[in-house]
Amino acid sequence: MSSPSVGARRVAGPVPGILLAVALGWLALVIGAPLATVLAQALSKGVGAFLATFSEPDALAAIRLTLLVAAIAVPLNAAFGLAAAWSIAKFEFRGKTLLLTLIDLPLSLSPVVAGLVWVLLFGARGWFGPWLEGAGIKVIFAVPGIVLGTILVTVPLIARELIPLMAEQGADEELAAITLGAGGWTVFRRVTLPNVRWALLHGVLLCNARAMGEFGAVSVVSGHIRGLTETLPLHVEALYNDYDFVGAFAAATLLAGLAVVTLAAKTVLERAIR
Amino acid sequence: MVALATPRVAGGVAPRRRPWREPSVLPGFAGALGFTLLYVGLIILLPLAALAARPWEHGLQGVLDAILKPRTLAALRLSFGAALLAAFVNVAMGLLIAWVLGRYRFPGRRIVDALVDLPFALPTAVAGIALATLYGPNGWIGAALARGGVKVAFTPTGVFVALLAVGLPFVVRAVQPVLDDLDASLEEAAQTLGANPVQTFARVILPALAPALITGFALAFARGAGEYGSVIFIAGNMPGVSEIAPLVIVTRLEQYDYAGAASVGLAMLAISLLALVAVNAVQVAMSRRGGR
Repeated sequence: MSSPSVGARRVAGPVPGILLAVALGWLALVIGAPLATVLAQALSKGVGAFLATFSEPDALAAIRLTLLVAAIAVPLNAAFGLAAAWSIAKFEFRGKTLLLTLIDLPLSLSPVVAGLVWVLLFGARGWFGPWLEGAGIKVIFAVPGIVLGTILVTVPLIARELIPLMAEQGADEELAAITLGAGGWTVFRRVTLPNVRWALLHGVLLCNARAMGEFGAVSVVSGHIRGLTETLPLHVEALYNDYDFVGAFAAATLLAGLAVVTLAAKTVLERAIR
Repeated sequence: MVALATPRVAGGVAPRRRPWREPSVLPGFAGALGFTLLYVGLIILLPLAALAARPWEHGLQGVLDAILKPRTLAALRLSFGAALLAAFVNVAMGLLIAWVLGRYRFPGRRIVDALVDLPFALPTAVAGIALATLYGPNGWIGAALARGGVKVAFTPTGVFVALLAVGLPFVVRAVQPVLDDLDASLEEAAQTLGANPVQTFARVILPALAPALITGFALAFARGAGEYGSVIFIAGNMPGVSEIAPLVIVTRLEQYDYAGAASVGLAMLAISLLALVAVNAVQVAMSRRGGR
């Protein structure tokens, strides 16, 4: 993308001009207009009203919960991605294709289904529901369920960045280090990790954005208790349904800002990788 | 994925029993694979087992009753139908955008390129309330459309419109690398042989991009069919008319009808996976017919 391809040319003549105008017009309609709407609505009653949203205790609780959920889900998925990539890319064993298919499966899952499955397991009428109730542990309509729903939705994101890259790099450098007498952890820390650090960061960025913004899966398992089990996206929904549009769009602006920062960081990273 | 698969022994010769893993002096295999399998087991397999097992509590009849209810069928038709239509539009517009980004140089191209990914990164609830407002009776686009007598928000059309953004990056990002790697000499040869630009595009470029376009189509379709957050605010959610399939699941769950909710969830997953398998088969058939 960054290196000009052979066919690249400046816009000249009527046909490229029309194509360019249609493409940019479509992007402005489909992506630009909704983004502009978020900002315009958030600021429609002035900066004061916009900022007031963030002094509400419920909004602060929602921000805290969103940060907490991402702080649990993202490192777990990163550890999983590294372990999966280490075993799948550096070793030969049977059943690899099946394992890769399973890791990709959550991508075909509706977010609502990704929440539903945890209710089927841990809900009041779930497989382990009565047992959990007896033990006094709350998973559904509580923070653990929100974390599980978020993890399931985001589980392939880091692994899919690492597995192809580590497979392409092969195990030669690691084998050389082992032959020279390095221990397993040293090889991982000093050879493998530096080789994949940008891809890992790229995966973490995407995983984090998705984890903080997840709506469908979290909505099913949260129970929507204000100040307790409401993440920021759920808080946006609650404010919107209360006709507090300024509040809803102000909270949405924070999430949209996160998305834009993620994209900017991702673009910078992609240039660093190349 | 295919490239990573363990090589199969070709031909009719019976392979000698291979050990299930090839020996390596690299450490950490047992620990890494053990953690991987535990994680996949707890986070992916166990939940999917529940999804596969729970619908049958009232037997096959129970599953059929849950799925074949007119309200459920209408919701499935809307979710998958709107996703299909949107995926077709996404293929056309995604190809155009990938083409413009790859072939033309214009100011701000890099920013536009980065913005294509926004639907990936933007939380769906944010997109949802923005679209509902934009196309609502007082929105910038909704008000203009209303003057022409067109209603988008809170109708099935709204579902389709919301999915236009959701699927777009899948097509653009699938096409872009293939378009960048396209051998320019093929295009030059076609032009030298007297093909006009339209012929060159239709006969040389489009066939080379077809597999990537199909991949993008499949991803956009699968994602769109299960989409909830971007759609739920603009859909209107009228049962049988503008209610999407994921909402049916939510409603069933609120009534503690776990078997019914799981039936619809399982049906959605099955349709999505079948679509992906079908697309895979089409691509295999195409690459065979393409020779080489």
